[in-house]
Amino acid sequence: MNRCQDSITNGDGTGERTVSLLQTGVANIASVRAALKRFGVTPRAVASPEEVLTAPFVLVPGVGTFGSSIEALGDYVTPLKERIAARKKTLLICVGFQLLFTESEESPGVRGLGVIEGAVRRFPTTVAVPQMGWNRVVANSASRYVRDGEAYYANSYRVSEVSSEWCPSWSDYGSPFVSAIECGGVLGCQFHPELSSGWGAGLLQRWLESPEQGER
Amino acid sequence: MKTENQGTNVLPVRVIPCLDVDGGRVKKGVRFGELVEAGSPLELALRYEAEGADELVVLDISATSENRSASLETVVTVRENLTIPLTVGGGVRGVGDVERLLLAGADKVGVNTAAIERPELLSELAKRFGAQCTVLAIDAKKRASGDGWEVVTHSGKRSTGIDAVQWAKRGQELGAGEILLTSWDRDGTGWGYDCELLREIAHVASVPIIASGGAGAASHMVEAVSSGATAVLVASMLHFGRTTVGALKGELKQQGVKVRDVSAIN
Repeated sequence: MNRCQDSITNGDGTGERTVSLLQTGVANIASVRAALKRFGVTPRAVASPEEVLTAPFVLVPGVGTFGSSIEALGDYVTPLKERIAARKKTLLICVGFQLLFTESEESPGVRGLGVIEGAVRRFPTTVAVPQMGWNRVVANSASRYVRDGEAYYANSYRVSEVSSEWCPSWSDYGSPFVSAIECGGVLGCQFHPELSSGWGAGLLQRWLESPEQGER
Repeated sequence: MKTENQGTNVLPVRVIPCLDVDGGRVKKGVRFGELVEAGSPLELALRYEAEGADELVVLDISATSENRSASLETVVTVRENLTIPLTVGGGVRGVGDVERLLLAGADKVGVNTAAIERPELLSELAKRFGAQCTVLAIDAKKRASGDGWEVVTHSGKRSTGIDAVQWAKRGQELGAGEILLTSWDRDGTGWGYDCELLREIAHVASVPIIASGGAGAASHMVEAVSSGATAVLVASMLHFGRTTVGALKGELKQQGVKVRDVSAIN
């Protein structure tokens, strides 16, 4: 793939953007597909481990539980880790984002992708669980994709600590938790950008259209 | 505010318009009885979204299977154009129906009668699709004796004999991630939500509760929030143009209730 070319077209020069979805289940797929189509992007289901490595865009939706998602990924785990290591355009949403970490209280004993050191834990009972609704996001000042605003969350588990090398943006629900991380083309969101109205659309657009490396 | 079993609600209160859909058209009734036309689902959905609705609920009230498939098409069409969460319910019988609705575009699916008949359905749904996709809809009616509420079905025509508060508690234990609580007594009246009922449910359930049935003014929503609701469902007030989502949120904000800023939509 010609890495100098504008990232909004595919390597085959057709000019049609496609986003490869790692569909590990049923939930969340329709809203993600609808959002992508509104950007004139064609969503497609990943058909091979090779595609995970080479597709211009890969999206991992928020489906099921930590454990069921890792299990459903199966053969895609290895190419996904390789793709993320190369910092290629990869968007991980909700449970998809949580998979980046090493473990989750939701599925004890199950190892995540382990790309980011850290654990996913359940919200304490001092707040209503699941967190269901809109919450303020404070964007990391170095973020290329995230801006201050309000995002929609539907989660019972979250990450409270992460190394600053992952450019974390933050929200607060009883206590601070990681709203999003990013590095190069990799963007992980605990919230659902496709359900977060104009703010979320802006984030998706920046992820789709900004060059893989480079300035904000 | 914090009620005994509920964790503190720290999020803005969600204002959620509800569209009752029959054969592809929005309908509105009084006390589940007479129905009048209220318009096109897509048109209303987009209007409410633009006005600042935080989520949308689409309830399929079709009686025929023909109308039921028109409602599925409505879900697809609304989903393609909506950028906020969509909850769909009405006539959901089992896991297959839930899967169909999620594939059509629902982010969350509500179950009511089917869960009463087979409570394990809630666990199956939570396990397969996640608690955050699983909404337990409860229609509650005050007992004639005045002592508590029982669960009713079939537009309030059938009494189940089940205690509404106990059912809410059990529903959460089984896996429901959210409760949509409708007061049969108040629905369509405009007299306000049943706040006593809300307080009782909030006392036993720690999942988010959506108050439904009876909204006639913003002050009703303020009361519902004080009683433990983290979201309020609105229908008649909006469908017949008595107010707008924006106006409601403005009034809520004035009365000290935290809401998602309408001006921040874009």
